[in-house]
Amino acid sequence: MADESAPAPEVVVILPEALTRLFADSATRITVRASAVGDIIAELERRWPGMGDRLCDSTPQIRRHINVFAGGRRLGLDGVLEQGAVVTIMTGVIG
Amino acid sequence: MAKKTLLLIGTKKGAFLAEDDGARSAWRLRGPFCEAWPINHVVGDREISTIWCAGGNEWFGAAVWKSDDLGRTWSHSSEGITYGEGETPIKSAWSLGRKNGVLYAGVEPAGLFRSDDGGASWRHIAGLREHPSRERWQPGGGGLILHSMVLDEEDDRRLWVGISTAGVFHSADGGASWEPRNSGTRCDYLPEEMRYPEFGQCVHCLVAAPGVAGRLYQQNHCGMYRSDDGGLNWHSIENGLPSSFGFPVVVHPRDPDTVYLLPLNGDVLGRYVPEGKCAVWRSRDRGASWQALRRGLPQDNAFIGVLRQAMATDALEPAGVYFGTTSGSLFASADEGESWAVIAEHLPTITSVETLAVDG
Repeated sequence: MADESAPAPEVVVILPEALTRLFADSATRITVRASAVGDIIAELERRWPGMGDRLCDSTPQIRRHINVFAGGRRLGLDGVLEQGAVVTIMTGVIG
Repeated sequence: MAKKTLLLIGTKKGAFLAEDDGARSAWRLRGPFCEAWPINHVVGDREISTIWCAGGNEWFGAAVWKSDDLGRTWSHSSEGITYGEGETPIKSAWSLGRKNGVLYAGVEPAGLFRSDDGGASWRHIAGLREHPSRERWQPGGGGLILHSMVLDEEDDRRLWVGISTAGVFHSADGGASWEPRNSGTRCDYLPEEMRYPEFGQCVHCLVAAPGVAGRLYQQNHCGMYRSDDGGLNWHSIENGLPSSFGFPVVVHPRDPDTVYLLPLNGDVLGRYVPEGKCAVWRSRDRGASWQALRRGLPQDNAFIGVLRQAMATDALEPAGVYFGTTSGSLFASADEGESWAVIAEHLPTITSVETLAVDG
């Protein structure tokens, strides 16, 4: 059984420049505590209001042409993260 | 202080601004702005030197961009531009309207939002999508878009919108309730006995004439129309035009009887100017007769298309008229359409043109 009092895993998040250019003072590489991809989105929204809307639609889910990868897998909002994970958010190929 | 004219240009790859020399004879282009997002409409407010751009990006969704310094710096927001969790995501912001400090945005899929804080946050005007016809609205070639809005000169509660392909709708109570206003506009794409439905028309562009209450014009997929009663009844004014098909329509800034449009050759024939000869068509008598204006416009092998929001007038004397093409050329007339000059070329596909008077 998970220890709910334990801090969430610390993960590295890599953001695409096409995204960070939209938000002043944002960064392409940050470290956050997150148990799931949804926690990362919430933290990004907290740091740079509006960024969550750029990455997720109102369904809610990760936007169709945005990809979130970690550990060699493509993850959705409920994708579980482990300590030390490197989460890469990328713009997908279109056209 | 001398006044200059600023052209606000939306394109498939960002917004651009073109500023004149104070005489509308030389133009300086700036852009692209908005990170080269597809921008469907650009409007400005002279009083606060602010410009807004409506757009949507395949990766990042819909947003309205804003510049408080005439294009030097930009921010964007989509806060509140949503139909709610679980509802169809909004793909793009399509059209903007500004009146008495309120900014309106039409979006795809069709709906209307308002901002009371200059575009920082938005609120859905839910009444429109609560109309019982909504389940039967069908997307046109450009999607199910709310592309036109008319904000009444006198009464803030009265507004009209154009939706492809649902038709014209009117609200007299600030958007709480709506009714179709399509009587007299036809649907050539339906069987003869079904050609005049209550809604479902493919309105392409809807504008109001200045100074005459209830005077509206619309370019439709199937004809050109005028209404003198706020859209309750529409009258065909396409007699004398080379085609019933086109996208933009604009009205002279002071003369409600003078209207400009740019007919294309037809919906299934390529959608370019007839015979490859470019002309703006002008009526001085509210659509009773039409005159082709060609001087300075290309007359050979000009397979030009002009989109629904890509034509505008300014408020100067004589009035300027402007249009941008799908092939990225921007044309201007400083004499009410009598003569034309190309003032920019090789831009991305131009989706919209508006004008803004600024201090020189």
